Amino acid sequence: MTKVTLTVNGRSMSGEAEGRTLLVSFLREELGLTGTHVGCDTSQCGACVVHVDGKAVKSCTVLAQDVNGASVTTIEGMANEDGSLGVVQQAFQDHHGLQCGFCTPGMVMSSAALLAENPKPTEAEIRHYLEGNICRCTGYHNIVKAVLAASGQDVSALGVAAE
Amino acid sequence: MPKDGGIGASTKRREDIRFLTGRGVYTDDLNLHGQTFAVFCRSTVAHGKIVSIDTSATEAMPGVLAVFTGEDFKDVGGNPAGWLINSRDGTPMREPKRPVLAHGKVRHVGDAYAAVVAETYAQAKDAAEQLAADTVIDELPAIVDMKAAVADPSNRVHDEIPDNLCFDWGWIEDNRAAVDEVFKSAPHVTTLELVNNRLVPNAMEPRASIGEYFPGTGDYKLTTTSQNPHLTRLLIAAFVMGIPENKLQVVAPDVGGGFGSKIYHYGEEAVVLAAAKKLKRPVRWTAERSESFLSDAHGRDHVTKIELACEKDGTFLAFRTETLANVGAYLSNFSTATPTFLHGTLMAGPYKVPKVYVNVKTVFTNTAPVDAYRGAGRPEATFSLERVIDKMCRELGLDQFEVRRKNFITPDMYPYTTPVGLVYDTGNYHATLDKALEMTDLAGFEARAAEAKSRGKLRGLGLSTWIEACGIAPSNLVGVLGSRVGLYDAATVRVNATGNISVMTGAHSHGQGHETVFAQIVAEKLGVDANSVEIVHGDTAKIPFGMGSYGSRSLAVCGSAIDRAMGKIIAKGKKIAAHMLEAAEGDIEFKDGTFSVAGTDKAKTFGEIAFSAYVPHNYPLETLEPGLEETAFYDPGNFTYPAGAYLCEVEVDPDTGKVQVVAFHCADDFGNIMNPLIVEGQVHGGVGQGIGQALCENTSYDENGQLTSASFMDYAMPRADDVPFYNVDYSCQTPCTHNPLGVKGCGEAGAIGSPPAVVNAVIDALHRGGYDHVTHIDMPVSPARVWAAMQKH
Repeated sequence: MTKVTLTVNGRSMSGEAEGRTLLVSFLREELGLTGTHVGCDTSQCGACVVHVDGKAVKSCTVLAQDVNGASVTTIEGMANEDGSLGVVQQAFQDHHGLQCGFCTPGMVMSSAALLAENPKPTEAEIRHYLEGNICRCTGYHNIVKAVLAASGQDVSALGVAAE
Repeated sequence: MPKDGGIGASTKRREDIRFLTGRGVYTDDLNLHGQTFAVFCRSTVAHGKIVSIDTSATEAMPGVLAVFTGEDFKDVGGNPAGWLINSRDGTPMREPKRPVLAHGKVRHVGDAYAAVVAETYAQAKDAAEQLAADTVIDELPAIVDMKAAVADPSNRVHDEIPDNLCFDWGWIEDNRAAVDEVFKSAPHVTTLELVNNRLVPNAMEPRASIGEYFPGTGDYKLTTTSQNPHLTRLLIAAFVMGIPENKLQVVAPDVGGGFGSKIYHYGEEAVVLAAAKKLKRPVRWTAERSESFLSDAHGRDHVTKIELACEKDGTFLAFRTETLANVGAYLSNFSTATPTFLHGTLMAGPYKVPKVYVNVKTVFTNTAPVDAYRGAGRPEATFSLERVIDKMCRELGLDQFEVRRKNFITPDMYPYTTPVGLVYDTGNYHATLDKALEMTDLAGFEARAAEAKSRGKLRGLGLSTWIEACGIAPSNLVGVLGSRVGLYDAATVRVNATGNISVMTGAHSHGQGHETVFAQIVAEKLGVDANSVEIVHGDTAKIPFGMGSYGSRSLAVCGSAIDRAMGKIIAKGKKIAAHMLEAAEGDIEFKDGTFSVAGTDKAKTFGEIAFSAYVPHNYPLETLEPGLEETAFYDPGNFTYPAGAYLCEVEVDPDTGKVQVVAFHCADDFGNIMNPLIVEGQVHGGVGQGIGQALCENTSYDENGQLTSASFMDYAMPRADDVPFYNVDYSCQTPCTHNPLGVKGCGEAGAIGSPPAVVNAVIDALHRGGYDHVTHIDMPVSPARVWAAMQKH
């Protein structure tokens, strides 16, 4: 076991990790941050996406010891300082971009990373960027719609608006 | 306009806040004091005799606390089939025991034969690998292909079942001869042989279970990924482990999707409970994705021959089908109902076809159990019907829209009794077809096809006019048909002393948004603020005995129970108000949250009535109990019958065979709509899964019974760039006539209606491109299959 220290959502946090401990397991089991999910064992589903030093990564494909000292942002760190939903989170609620909620943390983290790189993505760019995040509930319509809306684009032709 | 936050409002989902901030609590998110970890040993062969399991080395490994094998569970009950189906000759179906852990034989790759419990997950995982190495299983020939299973009875999945058949079912057997007569003299017969591909439901949250045992009271607690905690408790208590029902609490907390796969009780749930009792510590298990692929109940897997007899003008005379339905190695809980009463009964579609006969043989194979997956039997029926109708239209050169119109049941014909035993209460299939055609801009299609051709693509248009049956019921009828359970649901409405409301529901939400929608209904009916209504679900210690959520039943069945319980609340409130207002009960009116004396300004608010019920100082105690809490059970008088018309446009790349869905239009009739935002989301999700079935997904076993599609690298889940934006309309509404909300259910529609629309569109595109020899391509309509079909001249 080795001590691993990360800055998680702006706070320094430490825990013990075996050599084989994945970042996602470290976050969930050691640090108690269970918002990041495990949906597969082949780095396909994207439910575990977090930001490491500003980059979106699948935390099931990173060893905790390898990112010792890094700055990590998880879904728990995406709300505004006053606790209200951040822009991407709010767009997902406004446009019903989630159903069971299991893939949602990864979807939000990937979408936020996309918008940081590309503030006004096209529909095709969004669909391409989210290829590494699988959702079984939404058929992706409202996820893509939410990302378009979060980037300030008109989505009024894409279905009913929330009240 | 809908009331703010009431029925018909597109209220944002309240449950989203916790899911969007990482504060949802799924089973695997729980970290319990003193917890231990279970890992299962699963068969790596499809069929084998367990010769020996030597646990000694495993038990000596670091952290190992216990090892369980089939021997430990050989005296407890099997996991039962929920429906007992009789064969055509009246003999009962074969129901082989499904043990908690395999005993004697393993019958599919992934069949669990042992479990190891250790202090840490890593220790349990290491120990399970040791135990697998110390296990001797003699491999037997695998039975994988259904036709071979039936043709060669010498090789048996279950030794006591000589022909690998569970049953040979006819629906309706008495109609068989008459249907055969129609075919002998029919002016035209179209025949189609097709495969409805096996799918893995793949809820994004893998199955997980935590067992706890409390020695002080002898109580058990199971936290598990279930769509129906009471049903799971009933199965464990009454059939499998014999734990008294009142000593077992089952909690299904936040559940990350189900789609059918989490209806069923699985052996892992029994193991973690038994292990918790033995160790007096919590025992936690979470499936890896590959375990889910190997051991979750799969869906579909029908091989069908369908025949359509008709006049030369396309008037339907009869349908006749023969289906082999795979049930896998064991009978999962609803596996016998899915290919029968959820499939054969839908084989008239929305059409006034006079005669139908359905034959289904269910076959045991050395594959994972197959059971209900979103749509469950109804997608199989719809796919067969809509594909054979499409083929007939091409054979006879008839207009596909006019053929549908000619054969639709018309609005003046309800209630309409079909030749397969259902009574449709209401519908308007012409209206949904007209709406879909309006949405798709049919007149502009040729221009779109020409534009696609200029880019080298073949554009096609495919239609599916579908119907389904939701909220399976009534209980007395399903009992006659073989169901071992009732199919009502239940709700308790508790008005608290301070006036806010808790509603405990038998329905379980694992993505559907009940916490929002049910609160809207309560707000509307009781005239209170939706924010004062809390929906409680998923815990047998809190909720009344209800059957959970599957088969698009939550709103039609449990919603009706909520409505009925509210009716009792209002009736009692009127008695209280009559006393307080010194008026006759018959003169009390309830409207917008206020009880008033008709024709006067004397009134009491809902809150005042609630307070009086709990602080009954001025209260008719001689004739009325204090408190304001009512429970209602609702057993529907009939199914509900959502229906609709789906139009799909695809583009086929003739160089590669790659199909892209470029437009998808849905015109649905779901009856009354409670929350349009959520209804649209349900349709999107269903259509996404239907496109997945049609174009991407295939569950592939090789000849040895190895699952060659056991990960997301091998099993093609639809991704964001595999699907388009969907165009969804639900303005054609014929409210259900027999439930108080007039609702029909929308959860499965998309998955039922969409696959034939996609495949019909592909065939259309190929015909328009000159490949008119292609009459059918089995799903998934992959580039390789399309390209190969195009080459056959």
